[in-house]
Amino acid sequence: MDMKVAKKKLGLKDKYKLMTRDLGWEPSYHSKDELYPYMNYEGIKIHDWDKWEDPFRLTMDAYWKYQAEKERKFYAIIDAHAQNNGHLNLTDARYLSALKIFLQAISPGEYAAHRGFARVGREFPGVGPQVACQMQAIDEIRHAQTQIHAMSNYNRYYNGFHAFADQRDRIWYTSVARSFFDDSMSAGPFEFMIAIGFSFEYVLTNLLFVPFMSGAAYNGDMATVTFGFSAQSDEARHMTLGLEVIKFILEQDPDNLPIVQNWIDKWFWRGFRVLGLVSTMMDYMLPKRVMSWREAWDIYGVENGGALFKDLARYGIKPPKGWDDAEKAIDHMSHQFMLGLYQWSFGTSFHSWIPSDADMDWLAGKYPDTFDKHYRPRWKHIKKLAAAGTPFKNYGLARLCQTCQLPSVFTEPDDPTLTCHRETVYKGEKYQFCSDGCQHIFENEPEKYIQAWLPMPQLFQDPIKGDLGEWMKWVSLLDGKDNGDYAGSEDQKNFEAWRGLATTNQ
Amino acid sequence: MQIDLRTVAIQPQRQAFDHLVRRFGDKAASRYQEGSYDIQAAENLHYRPTWDPDHQLYDASLTRIVMADWYALKDPRQFYYSTYTLTRARQQETAEANFSFVESRGLADMLSDELRAVALNVLVPLRHAAWGANQNNTSVCGYGYGVIFTQPCMYHAMDNLGIAQYLSRLGLLLGDTEALDAGKKAWLDDVTWQPLRRYVEDCLACRDPFELFVAQNLALDGLLYPLVYERIVDEHLSVRGASAVAMLTQFMSDWFDETRKWVDAVIKVAAAESDANRAVLTEWIRQWSARAASAMVPVVELALGSAADEAVGEQLEAFKARVLKTGITL
Repeated sequence: MDMKVAKKKLGLKDKYKLMTRDLGWEPSYHSKDELYPYMNYEGIKIHDWDKWEDPFRLTMDAYWKYQAEKERKFYAIIDAHAQNNGHLNLTDARYLSALKIFLQAISPGEYAAHRGFARVGREFPGVGPQVACQMQAIDEIRHAQTQIHAMSNYNRYYNGFHAFADQRDRIWYTSVARSFFDDSMSAGPFEFMIAIGFSFEYVLTNLLFVPFMSGAAYNGDMATVTFGFSAQSDEARHMTLGLEVIKFILEQDPDNLPIVQNWIDKWFWRGFRVLGLVSTMMDYMLPKRVMSWREAWDIYGVENGGALFKDLARYGIKPPKGWDDAEKAIDHMSHQFMLGLYQWSFGTSFHSWIPSDADMDWLAGKYPDTFDKHYRPRWKHIKKLAAAGTPFKNYGLARLCQTCQLPSVFTEPDDPTLTCHRETVYKGEKYQFCSDGCQHIFENEPEKYIQAWLPMPQLFQDPIKGDLGEWMKWVSLLDGKDNGDYAGSEDQKNFEAWRGLATTNQ
Repeated sequence: MQIDLRTVAIQPQRQAFDHLVRRFGDKAASRYQEGSYDIQAAENLHYRPTWDPDHQLYDASLTRIVMADWYALKDPRQFYYSTYTLTRARQQETAEANFSFVESRGLADMLSDELRAVALNVLVPLRHAAWGANQNNTSVCGYGYGVIFTQPCMYHAMDNLGIAQYLSRLGLLLGDTEALDAGKKAWLDDVTWQPLRRYVEDCLACRDPFELFVAQNLALDGLLYPLVYERIVDEHLSVRGASAVAMLTQFMSDWFDETRKWVDAVIKVAAAESDANRAVLTEWIRQWSARAASAMVPVVELALGSAADEAVGEQLEAFKARVLKTGITL
């Protein structure tokens, strides 16, 4: 009888090595520089790609198996949600404004991340990081799709969702998120990883994700909660990748530190500006609120972020440059945003509204130092105008920041009564900014940011030529349906009528 | 008896998103459509890539193929993430069952030394070729234009990685880590493998996403998969009693049958778009398939010996017949 030869027992780590990095080889028919041409121009020095520690070990068979399990659950739930008119379980249809912004601005970002990770998944000359990036690439298209699928049913019943693909490219406020993702993808592979993999996924994602998904749960939005839960284990993988990337780069060469620090400064501020919209959602748009933006910042920004940067201090990394300015903005930004959204609500494919007295009392409780002093008086004034039948609308064009593309609605870090405004002259042209952070970002890479597509000047070009109706057509905005005050909107009327059908015998 | 449950009836305001209504009419859209059409940013791209300032962030002119609408390149499988993963999860269950069947019954040990050597010599170095394919498809996904075209390339890339991993497991099962070491050495140094390795490296240097799609997915895989998994594994090895190898590579056989339908559909639509496209495709397919065929000869010789030339020749004829169905005469 043959003796069975005992196979060597391979540990998990060694086995994964054979399943990934052992697949690679040193090319000899082309130089490495030719096959991986984008590795040097950012100035990052990598001496040994083998030092890369795999942030997770997942072979494809296991990936398919786990992900399919999650997919089955996800679609079972959203099918049931659609079939049972789950949208009628919402606390209030006002809540949908947050989802509309998400679909128009954030889901396209998931798609952009998919493409960005596919690119870096090709360009890094190390199998370990390539495989990790490729898995994130395929995850990100998953997130874009599950979000679109989850919101598809809302689109059947509510306004504001129907033109998300057009509005991603054309409407003014989505260019905030679009320019953010375009900025990261047009950067080199290492900067992309610090921008999305580290700054966005690791430092800031909890500020987006946790409030958003908790907000959905609090407000009866089963569809969104489901994609949130379903994406959670993917996000955990993405976060470990983000952390591994930064440690790997910093450990490879001391010259990498100033470059990485500069990117962290930049992407923290870029991310902070994009996530500003989340503050408005948390403080104003959720009929049933989870916590205030200030409370979320204290947990996910100050506590978690603080611990992270303490951990990274051993590499010489300092907290991002804009950190203090961010802290000073926290008690103001959601109010400044919502006031902005309200006055420009004729041009948004979602509704905004004047907060009720009860809401204002809640805000005053959460923002004892700022709300009553600076913002309640403005809302009161706006409320008076609305009651008089002359609602406050700002048909003037907002002055957009050349970097983050938000209207300049923010105040000086140390003077909440003074709008913050910066400008720079570059090659004879004047450029406007909302903050020191955005001005610095521009001045570091002016040739990049002068290319920014700014939605306001577009208004005066073909085919719009300054005509608001033409502009609405161009951005696929249905006047009187998608935009304006929630009070009196079709969404409000329909939701109340349908809910009546579902809960009474009238 | 059917009982109709009653639910509150509410009249929907619309059937589908605007961009889908424009494409498909005012009716409910499928999840494939919702998850694929027009979800790539198309206008007002903000900045040119710092790594390639001559192009846009998404740029259809990276390839010589010209499409009026890149979304015409529909995947007949209509794979979006969910249908893709569900399909592969089922296949991986079968593959897992096959591996454990072979392992638990000691079938690997029952292979003759000669057949085991053939299996290892042919299949194990291919894990590197599959890794090359992974990078190439990742590249097409990264730089191609339009979600309908790029999305399945990402799935394909992950499949290529899965195949590289199944081949690695096969190597470990039949010959332990020594087999993987020997396979890698052959891939790097053995003259048998150099034409193929050169082909793969030339693909890695190719930056036209559509040409890369042709070179990797149509020309190379269109010859490699039938030659290796049909002619060598199914016909040569199984007939001689090594059907265990066929069990371990069933995933690859099934996968090729499925994916070639998508590859053909893409080529067919691109060729039908214009004479110029057809001419470019003809040129690419001619060049790359001729090179792929000659690169495969020494590999096939490892199993079929002097019959390799004829086998590759026949396969090349079959390949031409396949391509002819896409409207391209080689």
